[in-house]
Amino acid sequence: MSAPDHAEHGHGASHGTLKSYLTGFALSVVLTAIPFWLVMGHVLDSKLATSLTVMAFAAVQVVVHMVYFLHLDSKSENGWTMLALIFTLILVVIVLSGSLWVMYHLNANMMPGDMSQMP
Amino acid sequence: MDTPAFSKDVFYLTDEHEHAEGASTALGFWLYIMSDCLIFAMLFAAFGVLGGNYAAGPSPKDLFELPLVAVNTTMLLLSSITYGFAMLAMEKNSKGATQAWLAVTAVFGLCFLGIELSEFAHLIAEGATPQRSAFLSSFFTLVGTHGLHVTFGIVWILTMMVQVGRHGLIAANRRRLMCLSLFWHFLDVIWIGVFTFVYLLGVLR
Repeated sequence: MSAPDHAEHGHGASHGTLKSYLTGFALSVVLTAIPFWLVMGHVLDSKLATSLTVMAFAAVQVVVHMVYFLHLDSKSENGWTMLALIFTLILVVIVLSGSLWVMYHLNANMMPGDMSQMP
Repeated sequence: MDTPAFSKDVFYLTDEHEHAEGASTALGFWLYIMSDCLIFAMLFAAFGVLGGNYAAGPSPKDLFELPLVAVNTTMLLLSSITYGFAMLAMEKNSKGATQAWLAVTAVFGLCFLGIELSEFAHLIAEGATPQRSAFLSSFFTLVGTHGLHVTFGIVWILTMMVQVGRHGLIAANRRRLMCLSLFWHFLDVIWIGVFTFVYLLGVLR
């Protein structure tokens, strides 16, 4: 690429180039359009398959935004931004999976249907 | 010897050693973004747990209009790329172009907010208020918090347009634009989660 390489700074956040912004934008448009098309056009017969595909597209798009718009790499701030992100992601996974898991089981065990079997 | 005994053992810095001004701002702001991310994680968790509790009220299928959400998503995505153009203009030291792209970004942000507010007004007019069901409470909290962030983002963009106009692209303004860039793109990342989990999966449910 002819643009000066900003990764040479050593610390601080790296910057994007016109090419990287346009690449990120094009990828985001495609990754947004496909899930909307899948849901609005009732393309897949199975709801489960549609849900999983839509979630997969979202996960990929988050990574695309992180790389092309937020310019995340392992070198920024000597790796501390990446470390903070990894720590946050671990917390997010614990919070989301934990809440959904616990509350699903609570709902399942508190169904009024089971009341007849209670002493 | 009249000096106190501890004087030779205790060592401490009387002054902070020198840091360049703003040297740690980028990392500090990133940590703020991460803590904001945790706020949204809690709200997503609440929506995930409560999103199916309609209390015999309307469900996402009855309420949400996906074409409108698609337009809204487009607005936010366009504002992301135009903010990128503002940052590129900043790196080229082009003051006018930076301000112009910031203005375009603010317009797209306002379009997003306008569509979202009209959607909220429509829902409330139909009786789908936050008080109607746990699903609607968690929906308005999650999407409303995101909308509030966008509102403050627009206030910040307008502030930076004035700052750049007054002082030019000085180091402090570049640093602030860098932080705003993180903030604005982060809001788009959160919106990916919102349109996927709230709208698309909600309509599928």
